[in-house]
Amino acid sequence: MSERATIDVSALPDHGFGSRSVMWWATVLVILIEATVFVATITSYFYLQGNEAAWPPPDTPLPGLEWPTVNTIILLVSLLPNQFVKAAAEKMELRKVQIGMIVADLIAIGFVAVRVLEFAHLNVRWDSSAYGSITWTLLGFHTFHLVTDLFDSIVLTVLMFTRHGREPKRFVDASENCFYWYFVVLSWLPIYAVLYWAPRIL
Amino acid sequence: MNVMEGTPYALPGATREHEELTRTWAPASGLLRWFRQVDHLIIGRRFIITAFIWFALGGLLAGLMRLQLAVPENTVLSNDQYNQVFTVHGITMMFLFAVPIMEAMAVFIIPLMIGTRALAFPRANAYAYYMLLFGGMMVYTALFLNMAPDAGWFNYPPLSGPAFSAGKRVDIWAELVNFTEISALTVAVEIIVTIFRQRAPGMSINRMPLYVWAMLVTSFMIVFAMPAVMVASNFIGLDRLVGTHFFNAAEGGDALLWQHLFWFFGHPEVYIIFIPALGMVSSIVSVFCRRPVFGYTAMVLSLVATAFIGFGLWVHDMFATGLPQSGESFFTAASMMIAIPSGVQIFCWIATIWLGKPSFRPPFLFVVGFIAIFVIGGLSGVMVASVPLDLQLHDTFFVVAHLHYVLIGGSLFPLLGAVFYWFPKMTGRMMNERAGHVSFWLVFAGFNLTFFPMHKLGLIGMPRRIYTYLPETGWGPLNLLSTAGAGVLALGMLVYFGNALVSMRRGALAGADPWGGATLEWATASPPPAYKFLHLPVVHGREPLWEGPENAPVVTGVSTKKREVLITRTLDAEPDHLYVYPGPTVWPFLAAVTTGSMLVAGLFTPWAFAIGTAALLVFMTGWFWPTTKKKEGEAPPNEGAAAA
Amino acid sequence: MTLAMLSGRGIQSALEPAGEHAERIASLWDVFLGVSAVVYVLVIAFLFLALFRRRREDSADRSRSAFLAVSISTVLTTLVLFGLLVSSIVTGRRLAQMPAHALSVTVTGRQWWWQVDYESADPSKRVTSANELTIPAGVPVRVQLQSSDVVHSFWVPNLHGKQDLIPGHENAILLEASRPGVYRGQCAEFCGYQHAKMALWVNVLDPKDYERWIAAERATSRIPATPEQRKGQEIFMSSPCPLCHNIQGTDASGRTGPDLTHIASRRSIAAATLPNNRGNLAGWILDPQHVKPGSFMPPMVLEQGELEPLLTYLESLR
Repeated sequence: MSERATIDVSALPDHGFGSRSVMWWATVLVILIEATVFVATITSYFYLQGNEAAWPPPDTPLPGLEWPTVNTIILLVSLLPNQFVKAAAEKMELRKVQIGMIVADLIAIGFVAVRVLEFAHLNVRWDSSAYGSITWTLLGFHTFHLVTDLFDSIVLTVLMFTRHGREPKRFVDASENCFYWYFVVLSWLPIYAVLYWAPRIL
Repeated sequence: MNVMEGTPYALPGATREHEELTRTWAPASGLLRWFRQVDHLIIGRRFIITAFIWFALGGLLAGLMRLQLAVPENTVLSNDQYNQVFTVHGITMMFLFAVPIMEAMAVFIIPLMIGTRALAFPRANAYAYYMLLFGGMMVYTALFLNMAPDAGWFNYPPLSGPAFSAGKRVDIWAELVNFTEISALTVAVEIIVTIFRQRAPGMSINRMPLYVWAMLVTSFMIVFAMPAVMVASNFIGLDRLVGTHFFNAAEGGDALLWQHLFWFFGHPEVYIIFIPALGMVSSIVSVFCRRPVFGYTAMVLSLVATAFIGFGLWVHDMFATGLPQSGESFFTAASMMIAIPSGVQIFCWIATIWLGKPSFRPPFLFVVGFIAIFVIGGLSGVMVASVPLDLQLHDTFFVVAHLHYVLIGGSLFPLLGAVFYWFPKMTGRMMNERAGHVSFWLVFAGFNLTFFPMHKLGLIGMPRRIYTYLPETGWGPLNLLSTAGAGVLALGMLVYFGNALVSMRRGALAGADPWGGATLEWATASPPPAYKFLHLPVVHGREPLWEGPENAPVVTGVSTKKREVLITRTLDAEPDHLYVYPGPTVWPFLAAVTTGSMLVAGLFTPWAFAIGTAALLVFMTGWFWPTTKKKEGEAPPNEGAAAA
Repeated sequence: MTLAMLSGRGIQSALEPAGEHAERIASLWDVFLGVSAVVYVLVIAFLFLALFRRRREDSADRSRSAFLAVSISTVLTTLVLFGLLVSSIVTGRRLAQMPAHALSVTVTGRQWWWQVDYESADPSKRVTSANELTIPAGVPVRVQLQSSDVVHSFWVPNLHGKQDLIPGHENAILLEASRPGVYRGQCAEFCGYQHAKMALWVNVLDPKDYERWIAAERATSRIPATPEQRKGQEIFMSSPCPLCHNIQGTDASGRTGPDLTHIASRRSIAAATLPNNRGNLAGWILDPQHVKPGSFMPPMVLEQGELEPLLTYLESLR
């Protein structure tokens, strides 16, 4: 039999970070889907606002500004351990990843606690007006996707303390998790502006 | 006997690899095996069959509608039954059949066509299948219980809101949207990642088959379009369940908000259904004219342009709602402009036929039928794109004619051709050609007899979505003709699917490549072995099997003991790294049951979503918890096997 | 059947325009139909040529001529579409003009009938009616469109395209009928159980006849003249009817259902579902659910000998 050319890939690594990884692509696509959900919801917010002369409607107080602003600061602060973990994961430094993730998770839990206070100070019910409905729903969507990501992060943190923690795949997962957290934080900024500043400015 | 003997990329004498790969990629076995499969060939086949079952049910409902409308003041269906039937017909075809079948075909074919052993994220793929299954089961159970959605597939409030639709019917609509959109988005992500990162070495982005381009473009459309309808359906669900006022004008809501959100999804939706069919047509025209499709670059750009422009048309479904005229004109322009890339594709196919040697076998007949029918649909589309004309034609049977000409002509005909074409790859046997010819002519004639008269009915004043009409309208004779046509169409479908069912058992055995195909799926056995390719191919051109594949290099070094695939770079498909995918597992099924239970419970109480989410998070943990190194993607322990 | 396919005739056909707007739309239709037919024939001709042309053994590279053919076809397609776009926008502009209108009518869509209010600067001259719109020929009439419940669509194909009636929105359509006649319309947006039977009649009168008609409508309801009519009125007033129906000048002032002040002057009942005659009226009153299942009118339970006087009274309300 004549020799047939072959390409031998056996020496290739068994993982890749960043845009080399299929998990990165999946994360990006999930981010695109969720961003589209947010864009549709925010567009609906302004569509409903455009119909009304007064926004919030008469006799509805503005949403409280203190707690969401505190929470925004908390989220921005969480970027520090987030970047720390991402860099450590890409260098596969287990100890740093473990500690960094615990810090990040604690900050996120604090955020969720303050989020409860945010809801309590919206000063409107979801069923009193279209303004109340879209306000609760927009805040609710963000809360939902943050809570589910927090759960993922906690599971991943636990995993980093098991024997699975050393596998390259886990470090890729950790890196992707940090990448996704960037989206959670950055997507909050326009939502914060819409929910708490748009009724004051427009 | 090595089933891969004689296929172009199988190195001779690779018996040991064949045995090891067969073990590694073996499907799940044992009592629970149906619930544990994750391989794309198995899931793809299930997806296709289930989607066609929903198609058959949706078709039966259409038959009932035609029977009811055959004569004035008919009593086959009551008004309430008719409203449920036409609604479920619409949601079946649009949500349960048309998008899922296109994704299902891709799930089966795409990995083969790009030369890899798996579809990305196999467990998610299984999960997506179960979601489609459970969604359809929910709707048809509701239909049997006389509580099916009844406010139209488009579900406009305030009619669909809490004040005017009592009971759970519309809530079932909202949950069905959740089932099907979760399923479709999941598969879209898998297809994009697979196409971007798992193509055979050498299959740079400008060497991808046009069908692969079509599915890539479609999947991106799904990513950007489906969230809009999920948001809308959650809004109406909230209005009905917890008293929000998104669409309640009395409290600041707006019925038109629904229409914008829904049609922002709804228009791209029809292109999501149509663009995969364009890819199928390209595959078939190429093979049955013995030459590559003319104008590859123009074809690719047309697909991409159609997708982009498709997002700018949605207001054409709202021309009668009183929107400002200047805004409406923009959407007329866009709605006409989208005919240009479609036209380019048709011209290129005609050029391909002209330059090639057409062979009039059934797949090609269906493609010719597609051109003849779709162009009528496109022209009637240009008509309704005009605001003045649309003000007369909107919400009449003219639109019913238009949409069926573009969907059945533009998508179903290519699909029927594609099923005939890829049937041997999926089952190892050929469909009967004489029956194929007969079914084509019956379907072609039946379709035109059913739907052409509807253009006229719309022009002379027959609105849509009416359960009956008065004798003095004079609409009886054309309706009767249409119903007779539906009978012929149904007969044609019976012949076609009967052919498929019988051929699965008794069809002539096909080899690896019965049609003389150009693309990689024909380089493996029919049906493919569990490991798809004995050695992964390397390609040098767009039509690998027409370019001396036996001289092309093959890939070595991919593990035969783990479910390993080769990850290549996005643009130039150079090898990058190796990645192991998981084997059979029951977690996707459990996660789907949990999600499904949450959605069904959500019909009754909003707490279902909180509890369901918590339960789902638990199940997802089980899903993603890594198994021991031995289990994850590796061959199951085998007593007699030599050590690694 | 072929004749049915070819002719444009029908009870409410867009191809039989009787008003200025419908005329313009029908002309535009002719243009689009003609262009589409030519395009289709050309495409199919080329397709058939491609399929069946005699292929010689030449191996000449035809791809350059194919490129030219595809490019020329694309350019032609673009030009044709542009032409159609321009004609569509021009027609649209003309249709959207809302010149000074002599008359103003408000139509309110309700499940599953049409409330028709003839507006006037003088409140005492306002008229409320149902299911039939009477207008003078040759006069622009502005029809304000609103809905009290779900989305409906007002469509009288002989006169104009359709416009939706959307709760919370105020739409309007301008009708200008060319000549006297009777034209049928139908709700064109799915609105629930009886969407199929929510139709209406448009009576276009000579302007002088219109003046006479509107004066009669402005009058309060006729006082019963005969004993049977008086008895019928008593039966009406003591039944549930006044809870939903208004008869001007009597104690019946319900607004949930159609106004019955001049019901006998209408050609149809139940939103153009049945011709307005004694037999149909009886059937409708006794069992509306049989005619329009799901509609909001309950069946009437009448004693022996009550139906006939009731009908006689209603027939007197011209």
